[in-house]
Amino acid sequence: MMNPQASLDSNQRLFDRSTVSFLAVLGIVMAVVIGANALFPQGSALHVSTYTVTLMGKYLTYALLAVAVDLVWGYLGILSLGHGAFFALGGYAMGMYLMRQIGDRGVYGDPILPDFMVFLNWQELPWFWYGFDNFWFAALMIMLVPGLLAFVFGWLAFRSRVTGVYLSIITQALTYALMLAFFRNEMGFGGNNGLTDFKDILGFDLQSDATRLTLFFCSGLALALGYLACRYIVTSRLGRVALAIRDAEARTRFTGYKVENFKLWIFCFSAVLAGIAGALYVPQVGIINPSEFAPLISIELVVWVALGGRATLYGAVIGALAVNYAKTYLTAALPEVWLFSLGALFVLVTLFLPNGLVGLFKKLTGFSKPKEVNA
Amino acid sequence: MTNVVDFIRQTVDRDHVYDFMMPQQNPMLEVGQGFLLYLEGISVSFDGFKAINDLNLYIKEGELRCIIGPNGAGKTTMMDIITGKTRPDTGQAWFGQKINLLEMDEPEIAQAGIGRKFQKPTVFELQSVFCNLELAMAGDKGVMPTLLARLTPSQVDRIDHVLQLIGLVGQRNLPAGALSHGQKQWLEIGMLLMQSPKLLLVDEPVAGMTHQEMDRTGELLTNLAGEHTIILVEHDMDFVRSIASEVTVLHQGSVLAEGTMQQVQSNPKVVEVYLGAEA
Repeated sequence: MMNPQASLDSNQRLFDRSTVSFLAVLGIVMAVVIGANALFPQGSALHVSTYTVTLMGKYLTYALLAVAVDLVWGYLGILSLGHGAFFALGGYAMGMYLMRQIGDRGVYGDPILPDFMVFLNWQELPWFWYGFDNFWFAALMIMLVPGLLAFVFGWLAFRSRVTGVYLSIITQALTYALMLAFFRNEMGFGGNNGLTDFKDILGFDLQSDATRLTLFFCSGLALALGYLACRYIVTSRLGRVALAIRDAEARTRFTGYKVENFKLWIFCFSAVLAGIAGALYVPQVGIINPSEFAPLISIELVVWVALGGRATLYGAVIGALAVNYAKTYLTAALPEVWLFSLGALFVLVTLFLPNGLVGLFKKLTGFSKPKEVNA
Repeated sequence: MTNVVDFIRQTVDRDHVYDFMMPQQNPMLEVGQGFLLYLEGISVSFDGFKAINDLNLYIKEGELRCIIGPNGAGKTTMMDIITGKTRPDTGQAWFGQKINLLEMDEPEIAQAGIGRKFQKPTVFELQSVFCNLELAMAGDKGVMPTLLARLTPSQVDRIDHVLQLIGLVGQRNLPAGALSHGQKQWLEIGMLLMQSPKLLLVDEPVAGMTHQEMDRTGELLTNLAGEHTIILVEHDMDFVRSIASEVTVLHQGSVLAEGTMQQVQSNPKVVEVYLGAEA
């Protein structure tokens, strides 16, 4: 069951206490990390290594992805098990730009063709690689490709009124199909090796500390802006229509709302956010390959949101950070049990914490439901 | 050759009105008869079971019509057809003279001015009573207008007016899920009013209500008739007797009898299938 408290929160202002606190904490953490990396010399106790900065930047892109999932799952009630696909598509669009940036510095030294194409004996660049040497074209594609896929998929699925578990299964199939396609060398996206060996972005060296700090900063900024955009949506009347669709879809239809258009719009918006998150993720981890389309990854996303707490937005961020920190720690400390602990986490959260960590926190602190809701 | 020239001349003629541009008209409905809803020859079957069988129903503007009938008579299916949830196999359904209900989906029909109250009260439980009414309010219900919508003071007044009408002023900011069964029924009627529909379809509004609540509901509905046209499906005979002028009895998916409550009650066919069991 949905948490009534969580849903009633959305009736409040754009900048409510949770939003202001979230933005403040995010801003402070970013300032501290950037300051500690840039101001204190290596070896100082207060120094934060560039490795850690990049790791945190990666987490922030995951947090943005989780916010995108929370928007469609928590508020609209669509359990998408394929959001990893939009993330990966955004990542591939960025990867293609970074590949073109390599120029003739690749192993084979071809000024135009990326290494894997030379290796496959291709003579010329496939048409869908055109334009990716231009950053702004790539930036456009980062949003357009996931958005377009979400539009076509959503248009077909929502208009046929596919809902619930059936929709979840189709989204899984979508990401799985894309994974199989991207694994093929003939697709022209580097097959199972994907795209990697990036050199620089907009002319800046990807390995330099300054570029890494900038990417970290951009990830934090994207998270803040994405969060605010989602917050704007859920506090508008559109957000209340989304809740209405989630809780009583038929009633919403008979009230005069074209449910499929609302679902489609929010789904596409969420896919674009996921694409942006993927585009920021790729330069920081240095690789994008078809394993990002793996169904398991999309399921993991949902676990983050469930663990943090649905329909709160900040819960999704907390969940994404908590699970990924645990993952980084556990895969190093106890690599054999990592997957089991993820599974156990999902089972336990579903059974005992239907409202996630946020719900648990509210319960423990007695932050109980107000008698009246602000309209 | 002349044919081609004629064709071109016709096609480019500025006064030419293309067939598909012509507003649809119900060919069978005469102008000025004042019918708001017009169902003719409607049949629908589910897996061979005829839920509606050659149903004819004409509702005048401003009327309060009660539909009664035993279980399985097709009352709810009829409502489903009018509101676009179910498509009939054959027949015609027109709203006024220009609106063909069979070509529209639920939101379009709702926008055209047909509001529906479900048998089981269905409100948005996690949102406040005020928000429920706000969501139902008539207006542009596209995605972008909804995203940018801001309540104007006159809209707030309108919502408060409806709150008064349905007697839920004190519950304005409570989540709708916290209301009692009867209050939810009223809220749903209030949501219908916010849609400013021309035709209200009300399915068993007094089921599970106390006598006082029933009286209030009856008062509410009789106040609404005249300004709105109401089709009321009800099982409770006392309630129907207390408010209805015109009664239609459905049986096995078609109209068995029509008239005032007294006429209907004295109709031997009706007594046999329905009222006999009651009395």
